[in-house]
Amino acid sequence: MKTTDIAIVGGGPAGLCAAISAASSGARVSIIERNNSLGGQLNKQTHMFFGSEKQYAATRGIDITGILLNEIKKYEDRVEIINSTNVVGLYEDQIITLMENESKYYKMKPEAIIVATGAYEKFLSFSNNDLPGIYGAGAVQTLMNIYGVKPGKRVLMVGAGNIGLIVSYQLMQAGVKVVAIIDAAPKIGGYLVHASKVRRMGIPIYTSHTVKEAIGSSELEKAVIWQVDGNFQPIPNTETIFDVDVMCISVGLSPLNELLSMAGCEMKYVSFLSGFVPYRYSNYETTISNIFTAGDSCGIEEASSAMVEGYLAGLHAAEKIGKRHPSFEERVQDYTSQLNNLRSGPEGRHILSGINQIERRRDYA
Amino acid sequence: MKDNDVMVCRCSDVSLKELRELIKEGYHTFEEIKRITRIGMGSCQGKTCGNIVLRELSMATGKNINELNMQSNRPPVVGVKLSLIAEEADRDEL
Repeated sequence: MKTTDIAIVGGGPAGLCAAISAASSGARVSIIERNNSLGGQLNKQTHMFFGSEKQYAATRGIDITGILLNEIKKYEDRVEIINSTNVVGLYEDQIITLMENESKYYKMKPEAIIVATGAYEKFLSFSNNDLPGIYGAGAVQTLMNIYGVKPGKRVLMVGAGNIGLIVSYQLMQAGVKVVAIIDAAPKIGGYLVHASKVRRMGIPIYTSHTVKEAIGSSELEKAVIWQVDGNFQPIPNTETIFDVDVMCISVGLSPLNELLSMAGCEMKYVSFLSGFVPYRYSNYETTISNIFTAGDSCGIEEASSAMVEGYLAGLHAAEKIGKRHPSFEERVQDYTSQLNNLRSGPEGRHILSGINQIERRRDYA
Repeated sequence: MKDNDVMVCRCSDVSLKELRELIKEGYHTFEEIKRITRIGMGSCQGKTCGNIVLRELSMATGKNINELNMQSNRPPVVGVKLSLIAEEADRDEL
């Protein structure tokens, strides 16, 4: 059976940083990525990042992938990159099963596993929500920013969080008309700087509005929205109809937790982390020994914090299997203080209170 | 809202109407509803329907989502051809 020191499931921001940390500690690393290239969601981010310099603020997401890959190249003697491969099973005895290109299925026995599988998009229930033309924001970004394909001509954006606002801007840049952005919440969820940018481009933002129904015979032709009250209940006779061929659903993400849950990690629903997440120790190890997790798969946050969590999980996983980084303590302290900085705002306080619900303390007694 | 036009599960074509009827009949866990409707068993493995089912259960039972159980996840997370598994089993015996 194939072996490695550390298998990292997912080659996005958390997984790549975990690989850098683990390899620099001296561990043999296998990065397993289901797409045909590494980078994950970073590859779709054509905008410049916020945050601090250490998390590549003012650099476009897509360029951060290149920076991380260059870093990984330094350790190419011990980093194996397995693209176009799904991890299809994670078992209690820490064996993983992989399917490469849908043409080969095999097992791997790593010493430790870091699950950095990221997130999936939430969906909405409304009439005719299965009409062609209704996309998740991730799909729209993949089409436009990776394949260079416009999703349609006129878009209703559902969700005024950062993803909804940024994707609206990217659609306008690509020459696609965004007729409106709506959000059920009474105020805009994303950063005001993004919201101001799309407002300056003339896109109206309707807060306290939700989708009533989609209309179309074989594909989306119209979208009907209506206003909601303080309890998110729709108010009759407040309908507005838009002629659109695309509805882009951007109502949040959930942690992609299926591998962790099938392995038997104890899980808990934590609303501040946007879904079911594994209990974990401060070293990012779950309740199953030698299974670690980092990034959105253990709580929805941002790419910046996913990268730092990845660095930490990589250091700890390597340490666990006896490959302690020469400056382990300093690095852990540095990354921990970077995370604290990233989480110092109001959003960060929610994240911290979420983490507080799932972080276990070791009992050394 | 016409519940029968609202798709909860795109993989196995389960509508919000069917889901709400089952909940009304007293099926109050994801696992029970899964066994009756195949919800959560399609190619997305619950990534579309999961949150919607839990929210409906939460509204109907008055329980917070954190008191409800998530669906069981089992391998494989995507479809794998039996022939591929058989090939690996042959290799494994060597």
